[in-house]
Amino acid sequence: MTGTAMDMRQGPGSGTETASPVVLEARDLKRYYSIRRGMFAADATVKAVDGVSFALRAGSTLAVVGESGCGKSTLARVVTLIDEPTSGEMRFDGRLAAEFDGRTLRRKVQMIFQNPYGSLNPRKKVGQILEEPLEINTSLSKAERRERAHVIMAKVGMRPDQYDRYPHMFSGGQRQRIAIARALMLNPEVVVADEPVSALDVSIQAQVLNLMMDLQEEFKLAYLFISHDLSVVRHIAEDVLVMYLGKPVEHGPKETIFARARHPYTRTLLAATPRVAFEDKPQIPPPKGELPSPLNPPPGCAYHRRCPFATERCATEVPPLRPVDGRLVACHYAEQMA
Amino acid sequence: MPLLDIRNLSVEFATRSGTFRAVDGVDLHVEEGEVLGIVGESGSGKSVTSLAVMGLIGHNGRIVADRMEFAGTDLRSLSPRQRRRLTGKDVAMVFQEPMSSLNPCFTVGFQIMETLKVHEGLDRAQRRRRAIELLDQVGIPDPESRLSAFPHQLSGGMSQRVMIAMAIACSPRLLIADEPTTALDVTIQKQILDLLVSLQRDRGMALVLITHDMGVVAETAHRVAVMYAGQVVETRPARALFEAPRHPYTGALLDALPERALGRRRLPTIPGVVPGIADRPPGCVFNPRCPKAQADCRMGPIPMFPDETGAARCLHPLRQVGGQAA
Repeated sequence: MTGTAMDMRQGPGSGTETASPVVLEARDLKRYYSIRRGMFAADATVKAVDGVSFALRAGSTLAVVGESGCGKSTLARVVTLIDEPTSGEMRFDGRLAAEFDGRTLRRKVQMIFQNPYGSLNPRKKVGQILEEPLEINTSLSKAERRERAHVIMAKVGMRPDQYDRYPHMFSGGQRQRIAIARALMLNPEVVVADEPVSALDVSIQAQVLNLMMDLQEEFKLAYLFISHDLSVVRHIAEDVLVMYLGKPVEHGPKETIFARARHPYTRTLLAATPRVAFEDKPQIPPPKGELPSPLNPPPGCAYHRRCPFATERCATEVPPLRPVDGRLVACHYAEQMA
Repeated sequence: MPLLDIRNLSVEFATRSGTFRAVDGVDLHVEEGEVLGIVGESGSGKSVTSLAVMGLIGHNGRIVADRMEFAGTDLRSLSPRQRRRLTGKDVAMVFQEPMSSLNPCFTVGFQIMETLKVHEGLDRAQRRRRAIELLDQVGIPDPESRLSAFPHQLSGGMSQRVMIAMAIACSPRLLIADEPTTALDVTIQKQILDLLVSLQRDRGMALVLITHDMGVVAETAHRVAVMYAGQVVETRPARALFEAPRHPYTGALLDALPERALGRRRLPTIPGVVPGIADRPPGCVFNPRCPKAQADCRMGPIPMFPDETGAARCLHPLRQVGGQAA
């Protein structure tokens, strides 16, 4: 009942310019985990990602937004082929993922992680870190690998003499540059960035975001940008996908969603984001209570127990993701959200 | 008389590569019932300042101050016993990581009642009643059964509520919250900030909110102190600070926010990095990164210059509204 190919064509993507080709198309991706609950209890299923569809275009950014436990990191694992989806399909350049061999696919999708202190091997020098993807996935010679590393280092604003340094000699922002450089070594089409700037200070965050935007323009990268910070998302993304408990609740062009969110959860997220402006802040109280356990999601709409607009219908009937006002939204009352 | 009055506070740590001055000549005052926001990037000394006030600096740290008074009591000369009587009662603190600030070995109820036992001398039944009351005040559903819960059974938001319940247990006059919402999701962050502000308002308590998040400060604080490289570089009422910052660092920090980018694709950045242990520049600490720096910025310590709404530690402050470093 979630986004099908049909919805995709009417919904997101159609609002933005359609000149650039779709490099990655995901249809109804699901990733379930089964959790053992002890000797006598039946295994439980966690639907970490439950029916997510999207299209990523070259040179554009899709932001995936949601709070911890909404499935955004699982989605990243599935898209980067670290995890197999339970069902659903992914197409790269129009061809099914299964038609490629693993190595070719690996080169198409690369990832940048949240914490640059944890994602770089402290025992390896920058040069080794950058060349490792080439060593594994290509047959380039040592000299060619080294040359490529220097080219990419220059692209991310690092000096050639930093090739022989260790990660601990760099600040957080510099380390994130190294992580970005590593992701670009194989010349990927898609870069999945999981909270790439949330561990950084404001002034460094701006540098890294600028760098990511410059590189996107130069290499026509498609970003799947995972973030909880809506002001960053608003700045960098073209399309936004809001997730709640594994399901997409609102998905569409950024302007459309930020101008007028149609899902109550998106609205509260927007209102809860702290802002420095003193004018026109939406006065919407934060949602009641906390995220329900994914082991035991509420029936009907997963958000209904926290939603101020919930009715009896929401408690029983799962709202389908449907096109409303230029985006896809999963709420029975999307039309009434003023 | 301010509730908390700090003049010229410095905190130094002995490290292998020499003495590191984490806090460098900080003046701060907090009035009764006021919300003071302290903002700064990592390494600016904002947390160390609050730890110094709480008496939580370790043996390798040295605290020097011209004045450090809480409600007329000199904090510098307190004996450990007097210090314990004050901390947790009149001054309380909430830390960043709610999950690791609670003791995993004891129940929530035990940890709240411990505070009440030490400071208030209530008997067992009274302590229990008060603990339930407190959990209810911080918005924990079904407080009575939560008393016997262990910290690992609580979510991050719930743990932070418990920490706040403990902090306000003895009705402190000053609550210091160090990055109280950084580890939490935005909606939970909003809930916790709303809770802190309502407690502050209802009890007339003073609140010091330490954070790196400009948005959180703008929405919560009455007055803001901006810290950079161990110094307070600017202080003024929140609205005045965000609408017309005078220190180029504050201006540059605000300009770097995506929220303020206003359709511009590239975000303005601050060149260079925060100076480290060994390379604090002479003169203004911000001068190597400052677009307005001149020769006089590189000489001698720069004092705070008071103006109509506050003060800035700058010889050539920004003037126009909006904080665009010209």
